[in-house]
Formats: sequence, C-alpha cells, structure tokens
Amino acid sequence: MSGGVDSAVAAARAKDAGHDVVGVHLALSAKPATMREGARGCCSVEDSRDARRCADVLDIPFYVWDMAERFREDVVEPFVAEYAAGRTPNPCLRCNEKIKFSAVLDRALGLGFDAVVTGHYARLHDGVLRRAADPDKDQSYVLGVLTADQLAHAMFPLGDSLKSVVRAEAARRGLVVAEKPDSHDICFIPSGDTQDFLSSRIDEAPGELVDAASGAVLGRHGGVQNFTVGQRHGLGLSRPAPDGRPRYVLGIEPVSRRVQVGPVESLDVVALSTEAPVWHGPRGSVSDVTVQVRAHGGVAPAAVEVRDDGLSVALGAPLRGVAPGQAVVVYDGDRVLGSATIAATS
Amino acid sequence: MTYLDHAATTPMLPVAVAAYTEALGRVGNPSSLHTAGRRARRDVEEARETIAEAVGALPTEVVLSTGGTEGDNLALKGLYWARRAADPRRTRVVVSAVEHHAVLDAGEWLAAHEGATLVVLPVDAVGRVSPEVLRAELEAHPGETALVSVMWANNEVGTVNDVRALAEVAHEFDVPLHTDAVQAVGSLPVDFAASGADALSLTGHKLGGPVGVGALLLRRDAVCVPLLHGGGQERDVRSGTLDVAGTVALAAAVESAVDAVPRRTTELAVLRDDLVARLIGVVPDATLNGVPLDAPLLNGGPARLAGNAHLSFPGCEGDSLLMLLDAHEIECSTGSACTAGVARPSHVLLAMGVDEAAARGSLRFSLGHSSTAADVDAAVAAIGPVVERARGASTRAARTAERVGT
Ligand SMILES: Cc1ncc(COP(=O)(O)O)c(C=O)c1O
Repeated sequence: MSGGVDSAVAAARAKDAGHDVVGVHLALSAKPATMREGARGCCSVEDSRDARRCADVLDIPFYVWDMAERFREDVVEPFVAEYAAGRTPNPCLRCNEKIKFSAVLDRALGLGFDAVVTGHYARLHDGVLRRAADPDKDQSYVLGVLTADQLAHAMFPLGDSLKSVVRAEAARRGLVVAEKPDSHDICFIPSGDTQDFLSSRIDEAPGELVDAASGAVLGRHGGVQNFTVGQRHGLGLSRPAPDGRPRYVLGIEPVSRRVQVGPVESLDVVALSTEAPVWHGPRGSVSDVTVQVRAHGGVAPAAVEVRDDGLSVALGAPLRGVAPGQAVVVYDGDRVLGSATIAATS
Repeated sequence: MTYLDHAATTPMLPVAVAAYTEALGRVGNPSSLHTAGRRARRDVEEARETIAEAVGALPTEVVLSTGGTEGDNLALKGLYWARRAADPRRTRVVVSAVEHHAVLDAGEWLAAHEGATLVVLPVDAVGRVSPEVLRAELEAHPGETALVSVMWANNEVGTVNDVRALAEVAHEFDVPLHTDAVQAVGSLPVDFAASGADALSLTGHKLGGPVGVGALLLRRDAVCVPLLHGGGQERDVRSGTLDVAGTVALAAAVESAVDAVPRRTTELAVLRDDLVARLIGVVPDATLNGVPLDAPLLNGGPARLAGNAHLSFPGCEGDSLLMLLDAHEIECSTGSACTAGVARPSHVLLAMGVDEAAARGSLRFSLGHSSTAADVDAAVAAIGPVVERARGASTRAARTAERVGT
C-alpha cells in the first residue's frame, strides 16, 4: 500500500472478496538524513501515514517492510548503470519484477500468504494477463515482465474498473486518499529531474556528437547519460543543421561514447531485436500482434519471431523514439504474450 | 490478546485511573488566586510531595513536564546552555551509545546548532557504561564538558547502569549528570538523592500513569535554561499551566508502582526467567541479549529490568517475527521503530557489538504489572511455529536474491 488511492481500493476489494488481507507499505528509500546512518530513512512519512490510515479504515493489519537495500541494489543502481551505458531503463517495470513480485512476494509466501495484491490496472484471470478496462490507466506494459510463476501469486483487483470508479469507491469507503493526485514521477527522484539525479551519480565521461549520416563531428558532450534516443533539446550544438531542421538523438554508442544525431525521420524504427524474453505465447513466428515500447503510447502492429534467447520484431508501422534498454511488450489483442528488453533497433 | 510490550507503554493502574477521573471533574488553574485555584494548587503540591517522597527527591526538585521526551530535552539543552553560559569552554556533551533518541537526538541537535561536541561513550557487551570509560573521557578534556547523560535502565535490553558511580566520576570533574530513568522508576529502587544525579527524567505512562505527564527531577542547585518561556511555572524552568488531573494521576501511579517495586521485581523476574528459559527451550539457538539473568545485584537492585526479555532468533527478520506473533495475538516489539514504522537494526544492539543479522532478528518481550503466567504460556506456545515460518521467509528471500544475482 503506497499511500495512494489505487492500492487502498485494491486492498478493500481483496478483503471484500473474503481474503485474509494484510497491508504492507514498502520503505524504499534510506536517505541518511540524520547522523544516525539510515536510522530514520523512510522516504515519505506522509505516504506511509496515508497508507496506514487506509488500513485502519479497512480494519486490516498494517506493516512497513524495509526494502530499501533491495530497492537500491535491484532498481536504483541498475537504473543508473543503464543510463551510464547509454540505454533507457524503466525502473517501474524493474520494481515490479524484482521487488513487488520477487522480494515482497517471496517474503509473503514464506510468511504463509498466497498472493501479493497491488493496485495496478491490468486484468489477470487464469494466469492470463490482459490490458486493463481503463485504456488511459492500463499498466499491463510494466507487468508484462512477470513470469507465469509470479502471475500465479498476483492479484490485480482494479483491472476491470475505470479510475473514476475507483476514486468514487474510495470516497464511498471513507478512504482519505480518494482525491490524492496520481503519482507520475520516478519515486526515487522526487525532484523529477532525472538529468540532475544521474549527473550526481555518474562521472563525467565526455564524448562526441556526430552527424549520423556524414559522420562529421558536430560537438562534444559530458556523458552519454545526458541523452536518450528521440531527445531534441539540450544537445548543446551551436551550429544549426545545414538544412536548418531540428536534430534529434538517434543512437548512443556506449563504448566510444559517440552520440549520433540526425533528422526526425531517421528516428523511425521498423525492426527491433531483444534480449531473452519472458514469454507466455507460442514459439516461432507470430503475426498479427501489436507491440508497445513504452509505458504510454508507442504501440504498433507487428510480426514477431520468438526464440528462447530473444525476439525479432518487424513493425507494421514505424515507431519513433525507441531506445535500447526499453521493454517491448507483445500483445495478441489485449492479451500479453510476453516482454523483453530491447537490445538493438533498425 | 497477550500484551508483552510494557516497555512501550503499560496499562494505567486502577488507582491512577480513579485519581485521574476524579480530578478531571474539578475546575481550577493552580496559578489562580481564588478558591478553585488554591484547591488546584493544593492538589498539585500534594502530588508533587508524593512523587518527591517516592523517588527520594525534594518537592522543589520535581519539575512537572509532559514526559520522558520533554524531560530529556530540557535536561540536555537546559543544562548545556546554562553550563556554557557560565563557562564558554564547556561545550562537550557526553552521552552513552545506547540512549533513547530523546537524548541522542537532543545531543545531535546541540552539536548541529549550538556549537556542542557530542561525545558518544561506548558500552560493553551487555550495554553498560563503565565509570572508567567516563573518567577517561573527562580526564582527557578537563574543563570542557558541559554535562553527562547516561540512562538508568535501557529500554531495549533492560541493562541497568551504575548511576551512582557514574555521578561520582562526573562530580570529580565538576560536571552535572543527567539520567533518563523513564524505564527505571517503578521497576527498580530509584533514590534521586542517593544516586547523586543532578537531573533525572521520568514519565507517567511507563509506570501505570497517564501518557503526557512526567517530571524532570532537578537538583535545587542545578542551573537549567528553560525550553518553554511563559508564565514562569515550575521554578521558571518549565512554563505552562499545570495539568492538575495528570499530575494527581502521576502521583498516584508513582506511589503505587514504587511501593510495589520489591514485590513486583521478584514476581516479574520469575515470569521473565520462565519465559526466557522456555523460549530457548523451543528455539535452542535463540540467545538472550544484555545482562545474564543470574547476574548479581547492582546497588541493591536488579542489574537488568525484571520484566525485560530481549532475544535474538538467528535466521529470522525481527519484523517477520513481530507480524507473525501479532497474527497469534501476541504483542511485542522489535526494539526501535522509526516514525514510519520501519524496523531497522537497533543502535543499542549494534553498540553492544551484536552483529547486524542478529540485531535484525531480535525481539523484545517486556512484562509489567498486568502480566500473568498465561501470557508466558501463550508466547511460548506461539514462538515455535512463528520462528519456523519466519526462517522460511528469510531463506526464501535469500534464495531469490541469489537467483536474480544480487
Ligand atoms: C528510555 C526512554 N526515554 C524516553 C522515552 C520517551 O518518553 P515519553 O514517551 O514519555 O516521551 C522512552 C519511551 O518511549 C524511553 O523508553
């Protein structure tokens, strides 16, 4: 229970369904704010208090679990390392994979519970994960990485509901968080300034900005972490492109630290290959599917070649701003077939 | 429910409830000059005398406050400011490593904002401060120490300090000593005058009185700068309209609890020893933290709080144990919790040299005046399956950690 409206209503519904429910709030931050190192490192005390008040109203036990160390090792550090390597990670997906449905689930199973219930918007019936009924809120993308084993111990009671209905229900149940705004930012970067967060954690490693077509060196930069594929602003180029059109980051070479830039149409990706997938669908060639490459938007029809060690995805329509490190989730209609980390695009 | 968390707060004694509710019905500000005011003043002064008598202090030495946290803050900051004002070289604040946060954080605050140097004295393996360690510290910095604060009895592991010996050492160097006796009063013989301490914090809710009332015992000759300025109540050290009902209830509780100390320490020690022996009987690799149960007396009282049983259960997370016991309706504690309720390894155990894993896997059972043999039976009956389950949870978590390569 994060202290938000969704997990509170999810808990309420699980309880109404007759389950023996215990509320757990995860303490994910250990900023040593006082001299006692980490002794009072609770990220947002206010959120934890909101969660606790919801548990009180629902009349369920409530505990705070300290997952700060696991979160740092499994989510924050890889996030930084990925950017340092010129890739674009999705920490929410990683948190579901490694924390909520791994560290938390394992502990819960060990303690005698059967499942982890979250307030994610996705439908899960008989082990089949589908998009949520509320298209604006659908979070199946960040859950596609869960294995069959993990899904067997997961419950998403909000999958069939619209967010507006969930809020109304929270108000009806007297949950103080009914009107609490949704959280959008990366939870461990409260300022919202990812660039700033990264620059304090990654050493300067200068490199060149080059024109992707001609190979001409256009300028220098302080580190590949400052760039993501599709980025237009903050390139620090003084000279305009010869044709006067805006230039975008097209690709990042981590070893040479070369950042390639070029015109917007060069951002179009028509094929991508991935690392080993989590896969629930058939093997071999799968056509007439759709793929999604980021949490919101980035959907295209595709045909996929499925191997144990990776997917080859041919897009039926080009997608822009696809970067290595992002996940591609493959859907058959609204059903999740699998997820994999993008290794290369073309 | 089996309530084994008396060190967190203990039920109010019936005499305190009766005194409290009776006094709540009366009007009167003790500072008012009319009949109702005089009546209220009389209630407060009688209560003050009762408290003073019970703990070996003079009535004027009882500075009423809201409890342990306020008493600790007032003592640390007030004595520090007064000593520094008298001699600007005295800026060292010496505390023990196992103090409650009300002392530790007040000391840290003085260091961060008031130019103090916070000195944290180490403790031995049972959590006790040696007078020799204090002497060495004071000798090394002659004329530089503003005050010393060492708790009478530790809230987590129940270790009792030799306050008298520590106060003697402090006085050799002309340094005042404060002691946080929140866990001691009502559990051990406490005599303020005989202890030699210059200031002593006590609180109502740990001894059968209400929450939000307590006192700082402050020697007549101790100079203390106030935290709260206003109407000049309580020797001008602690302004604010006095809580008549709370004070009356505090006095009833202190009197009753202190009277009962000889009998209760014996009874509680019997229950506690039985609890520890049977818990270790069920979980043979569990270990008791702190002073051994058969340790000799210290200044005529137990060397460990009679109701305290603090154990480490190898291979378990304390908060798993707590949650599982809670589900079995056994209420105990992992020691220290932060404001958001996260259990972290306790600074007390770490200071005693307990390794971090054992510190994380520890539980405090604390018995008090309402504890019975049935409570012990219930805890013993629950602990086996609870430890087994908590171990399973830890092993499982460790296995995934390996699998995902962390
Ligand atoms: C040793 C010790 N000091 C101080 C306090 C704080 O006392 P109070 O709750 O009255 O502020 C406590 C209790 O939590 C304690 O155990």
